[in-house]
Amino acid sequence: MIEVKSISKKFENNKVLFDINSHFEKGKTNLIIGQSGSGKTVFLKCLLGLYNIDSGEIKYDGRSSLKMNDFEKLNLRRDMGMVFQGSALFDSLNVLQNVRFPLDMLTDIDSEEKNERALKFIKRVNLEEALNKLPSELSGGMQKRVAIARAVVMNPKYLFCDEPNSGLDPKTAIVIDKLIHEITAEYQITTVINSHDMNSVIEIGENIVFLKDGVKIWQGTNKEILNSGNEEVDDFVYSSELVKKLK
Amino acid sequence: MIRISFSKSCKKSILYKQIFKEINDLVLDSIPIISILSFFIGGVVAIQMALNLESPLLSKTLIGFATRQSVILEFAPTFMSIIMAGKVGSYITSSIGTMRVTEQIDALEVMGINSLNYLVFPKIIAMLLYPFVITVSMFLGIIGGLLAMTLTGVPSEAYIQGIQTDFDGYHVTYSYVKTLIFSFVLATVPAFHGYYMKGGALDVGKASTQSFYWTSIIIILLNYIITQLLLA
Repeated sequence: MIEVKSISKKFENNKVLFDINSHFEKGKTNLIIGQSGSGKTVFLKCLLGLYNIDSGEIKYDGRSSLKMNDFEKLNLRRDMGMVFQGSALFDSLNVLQNVRFPLDMLTDIDSEEKNERALKFIKRVNLEEALNKLPSELSGGMQKRVAIARAVVMNPKYLFCDEPNSGLDPKTAIVIDKLIHEITAEYQITTVINSHDMNSVIEIGENIVFLKDGVKIWQGTNKEILNSGNEEVDDFVYSSELVKKLK
Repeated sequence: MIRISFSKSCKKSILYKQIFKEINDLVLDSIPIISILSFFIGGVVAIQMALNLESPLLSKTLIGFATRQSVILEFAPTFMSIIMAGKVGSYITSSIGTMRVTEQIDALEVMGINSLNYLVFPKIIAMLLYPFVITVSMFLGIIGGLLAMTLTGVPSEAYIQGIQTDFDGYHVTYSYVKTLIFSFVLATVPAFHGYYMKGGALDVGKASTQSFYWTSIIIILLNYIITQLLLA
C-alpha cells in the first residue's frame, strides 16, 4: 500500500501539485485520472521517486520516503516496476533480452534461471512467438506487453504505468488493461496507473484518484465515479457525447 | 556527471560487455574513415610541401621532414579529433539523446541502475584506445605522403630520409598527451549534451549539432593550451 500525505511539488515558480492526500491499495488497480496538464505525470513521478517532493510524505507499506537513506531508496526502487507511455524498451535488445535486462543488471542468479524467469513472464503476456524480435519489429500493443513483462519480472511490490494504452486501438487497449489488472491481482502488486481513458476507468478502476490543476478533487471506485455527484468529475467523465447519451 | 558516472558501478560482467561494445562502436568503427582521410591528407600535405620547396638549394628530404612533422604534431591528433567530434560525438549525443527522449534513461533509473555509469563510463574507458586510431592515422598520413611523392616523381629515398631526419620522440609524446586529453573530451562533452537534453526528436538533432560545436571548440582551445605548455 502507498500512502500519500499532503505532498506538494513545484518547478521554479510553477506549482504543479497542491497538498495531495491519497492512498493506493495493494492487489488493486489504482488509477490517477484527469485532463492533460492536471499533474498526473508529475504525481506519478513523485511516487516513483524520480521527482523529489517539496513537502509532505509518501509511505510505501509503512516505509516513509522522508526517513530513507540512499541505500534504502535504491532498495525501494528495486521493489518498483514501471511501464512507460512509450514503452521505453531498449532498441538494441530483443524481446527476451529486454525482459531479462533487470535480472542481468540486478541479480546474481545463473543464466538459465534468468531465462526461465524471463520466459515465464513473456509467456504470461503471450509473446513467446516474438522472443528474438527487436522492439522496432513489434506493434505498439506488443511493445506494451514486453514493457509489462519487463516491469514485473523482478516481482515488484509496486507497479506504475504511465498511460499504458495511449496510442493503441480500443481492442488492444482493453487487452493491455486486462493484462495489468490480472497481473496485479495474481501477484498482489500495488499498481498505480496514470490514465485519461474512460474505458480503463470503467473496466479496471478499483480505486480512482481524480486530479484537476494539481489538486485532488475526488477519490472512489469505478462504480462510484458515474454517480460521484461532483461537478468537476462529471465534467470529465461525461465529456464525450456518447457517454452522455449512454447516461 | 563525470563523478556520478564513476560511482555506484553496475555489475562488472555487464560493464565489460558494454566497454567491448563501445570499443567496437567508437574506436574500431572509426578506423576506416580515419584511414582514408589520413592517407589522402598525408598525400596532399606532401604535394603542397613539394610545391613550396621548389628551390634547387633546398633538399628534397625537407618534404618528408615537413610532412612527418605536420602529420604527427597536428593533422593526426587535432584534425582527426575534429573529424571524430563529428563522427563519434554525434553518435554519442544522438544515441544517448534518443534514450532520453524515449524514456529509456528513466527506465534505467527506475530499475535502480546508475544510468550515467551504464551509459557514459564505458564510453570514457573505450576512448582510452583512441590513441591507437591516431597511431594508424600518423602511419597512413606519412605513407600517403610517400605514395604522392612517388607519383609526383620525387625520389622515395629522399622522402624516406626526410621522415627520419631530426626525429624527436618528445613530439610523439606531446601528440599522444593531446590525443588522450581529446579522447576524454570526445567521450564526455557529447555524452553531456545527450544525457541532459530536453525535448523531442528534433531536439536530438539540435543537441548533436551543439555537441559538435562545443567539442570542436574545446579541442581547439585545449590544443592551443597544451601546445603552449608542452612546446612553447
